[in-house]
Amino acid sequence: MTTTAELRVNPYEHGRWWMLRLYDNRELLYTLVWRELKIRYKQSVMGAAWALLMPMLIVAAGVTVRIAMAISAGKPVAWQDATSVAVRGVPWAFLVAAIRFSSVSLISNANLVTKVYLTREVFPIASVLAQFADFLLSTAVLFILLFATGTRPEWLWFWLPVLIAQLLMITAGAGMLLSAASLFFRDVKYLVEVIMTFGIFFTPVFLEAHDFGRWQKSVMLNPVAPIFQGIGDVIVHHQAPDPLWTLYSTAWAIGLLAIAGPVFDAAEPYFAESI
Amino acid sequence: MADVALSVRNVSKKFRRGEVYDSLRDLIPALAGRLTKGAKSGSLGEREFWALNDVSFDVAQGEAFGVIGHNGAGKSTVLKILSGILRPTKGEIAVRGRLSALIEVGAGFHPDLTGRENVFLSGSILGMSRAEVRRRFDEIVAFAGLEEAIDTPVKRYSSGMFARLGFAVAAHVDPDVLIVDEILSVGDLTFQRRCIERMHEVINRGSTVLFVSHNLQAVADLCQRCVLLKKGNILKIGPSDEVVRSYTDSLQERRRVDVDADVVVESVTTRTPAGEDRAFFKAGEPIALDVNVVARKDVDKFGVVIDWFDDRVWNVFNTSSSRLGLAPLSLRAGERTSVRINLQLNCGPGMYRVGLGLVRPQDQFVYDTWPAAASVLVTSDIDIKGVANLYPEFKFGAVTRE
Repeated sequence: MTTTAELRVNPYEHGRWWMLRLYDNRELLYTLVWRELKIRYKQSVMGAAWALLMPMLIVAAGVTVRIAMAISAGKPVAWQDATSVAVRGVPWAFLVAAIRFSSVSLISNANLVTKVYLTREVFPIASVLAQFADFLLSTAVLFILLFATGTRPEWLWFWLPVLIAQLLMITAGAGMLLSAASLFFRDVKYLVEVIMTFGIFFTPVFLEAHDFGRWQKSVMLNPVAPIFQGIGDVIVHHQAPDPLWTLYSTAWAIGLLAIAGPVFDAAEPYFAESI
Repeated sequence: MADVALSVRNVSKKFRRGEVYDSLRDLIPALAGRLTKGAKSGSLGEREFWALNDVSFDVAQGEAFGVIGHNGAGKSTVLKILSGILRPTKGEIAVRGRLSALIEVGAGFHPDLTGRENVFLSGSILGMSRAEVRRRFDEIVAFAGLEEAIDTPVKRYSSGMFARLGFAVAAHVDPDVLIVDEILSVGDLTFQRRCIERMHEVINRGSTVLFVSHNLQAVADLCQRCVLLKKGNILKIGPSDEVVRSYTDSLQERRRVDVDADVVVESVTTRTPAGEDRAFFKAGEPIALDVNVVARKDVDKFGVVIDWFDDRVWNVFNTSSSRLGLAPLSLRAGERTSVRINLQLNCGPGMYRVGLGLVRPQDQFVYDTWPAAASVLVTSDIDIKGVANLYPEFKFGAVTRE
C-alpha cells in the first residue's frame, strides 16, 4: 500500500463546521446510539418497556395533579385534561432524560476522551439521539392511545414536527454545553439534576400556561415553555401555537445550537487534560 | 529519504500540576478571592511545567520509529498529541494519511456487550466503517483466536482474551500511520509474538509505525530509529541500537555515596572485555563488570555476590566470590579496590539487571546490597526466546518408511 495521501499539517484543527463533522462521523454516531440503546435494554428485564415507564410515571403524576385540582375547585374532571397532560408529559420525559444523559456523556466516556481521538460532539449528540429513539417509541404508543380514545389527526398536526424539532435542537445545544461544563466542573451535573427536577413547575406540562395566572408571561420566557404550550394547543385545543411565542422558542433553538458548537469546539482541546 | 509520513515540529506542551478547580463550588470562592486579593498569576505559573519542550522529529514513510524514555519523560504526551487527544501548546504536527492510535487495548469496549458487538463498537471508534468491520470480522476474530467466545459478553472474558480482541480490532484498521503504546505488556508470550509479527506485517505493507514501549528488546527489534526523551526534551535521536544503548547507560545511575555501611559498592560499569563502556550486548558475547568497592571502616574478610535478574525480576543466576572458593577481601578504612567479574552472556534476548552485594562468608552478614546496580540489554541474531541461550542446532534425519 503506497499512499499518495497528502501531508496534513495540524490535522486536528477544526477545519469543518461541527455539524458537517458529525455528518462525516455518522456511522460512529449511529454505533454510539446503538450502544446506548443496546446496553440500556440488555441490563433491564423490562427491555423496551423501560422506554415507556418514565413517560407513564410523569403522565400519571400529571393526571393526579389535575384530578386533585379539579376536585378542590369543585369542577368535574375532564377527559381532555388527561389528554393534555399526556401529550406534553411524553416530550417532557424526553427532555429530562436527554439533558440528564447528555450532560454526563463526556464524563462517562472519560476513557474514550483520554485514549482515542474522535469528533467529541458525538458523545452528547449520541445521548440525545438515544433518548430520542425512546421518545419515538413512547410517542407511537401515545398516538395509538389517543386514536383509541377518539382523537383524530388534523392538518394542524403538521405543527408537531416543527415543535419537536425545536425541542430537539434546544436539547442538543444544552446537552453539548452542559457536557463540556460538567467535564470542567463536576458539580454541574447536580445543578442539572435540581433544575430538571423543579423545571416541571416552571413549564406548562401539567398545567396550561394561563393556569399560571399573572406569572403566565414569566413562565413562557422559559425557552421550552412555548413548545409544550404549542403541543397542547395543537392536539387538545385544535388551534395553532401562538406565532410570537413560537418565534421566541425558534430563536432559542437556533441560537443555542449556534452558540453550543463554537463553545464546545473552543473547549474541546482541553478535554483530555482536564477530565 | 522517503517521503515524510509524520512530522513533529517544535512541539511543546504545558501542563499544570496540582490543584485545578474542578467544581463550581471551588471556582466561585476562588474567583471571588482573586478579585478581592488581586491576581496571583505568578503562583499559577509556578505550578506549570513543560511535559514536552521544543520536540522535533520526522518519521519517514514506511519507517518503524521508537519512542523511549523513563516514566514521565513525555512519551505518552507525544503519542497523545500525534493522535489528536491532546493539542500542543506550541508547535505543529503533520500526518500523511489515516492515523490510528492504539493507546489502550479495547478502547470503548463495554463489558455487557458481546465480543461481536464490541468488535463493531471498537472498530467504529477507531475509524472503520461498519461495512469495513463486517468485511474483516472473521479475520479479526481468527486473529484474536476467540471464535468460540465471540458471542459471550466481554465481562466474562479473561484479561488476556479482552486484550487479544482489543488488539485484533486495532490491528485491522489498516492505517497509513500506526501508533502503538505499551500494549505488549498484556497477553501471553504467544500473543505478544503475534502482535510483533502483525506490526512487522504493517511495516512491510508500507505503513509507518510509531512504537512506544518499556520493552527495549521489542523496540530494538522492530524499529530502525528511535528517539530518547528525558523530562520532555530530546536526549538522543538516531539508529535504534545507539539510542537504546544510551538509554540503558542512563539507567545505571551512579551510586549515591551516603549508604551507611562499613564497606560499600560504589559503582558498577558494564564493559566489553576490551574495556569499552557498553550496556548493549549480543547473546553469547563476553561481558565484564567493573565493581568499585570502598571501605568506610576496617573490614576483615568479605566476598562479592553477583545476581542476574531478568525483566520480571526472576533471579536467573547468582554466585559469589567465596562460593567459588576465592579468598575473601579485606580493606582498611578509607581504602578502595576494584573487582572485575567476567561473564559469558549465555542469555536469551531481553533486558537484564545486575545486582551486587558484599557479604561476610562465615555468618552471611550482608554489608551492602544493590539490587539494580546495572542494566544490560541482550539481543540475539537468531530468533530465540527465554532467559537462556542453549545454542540450538537442528539436524533432520532422512525420511524413512517402515
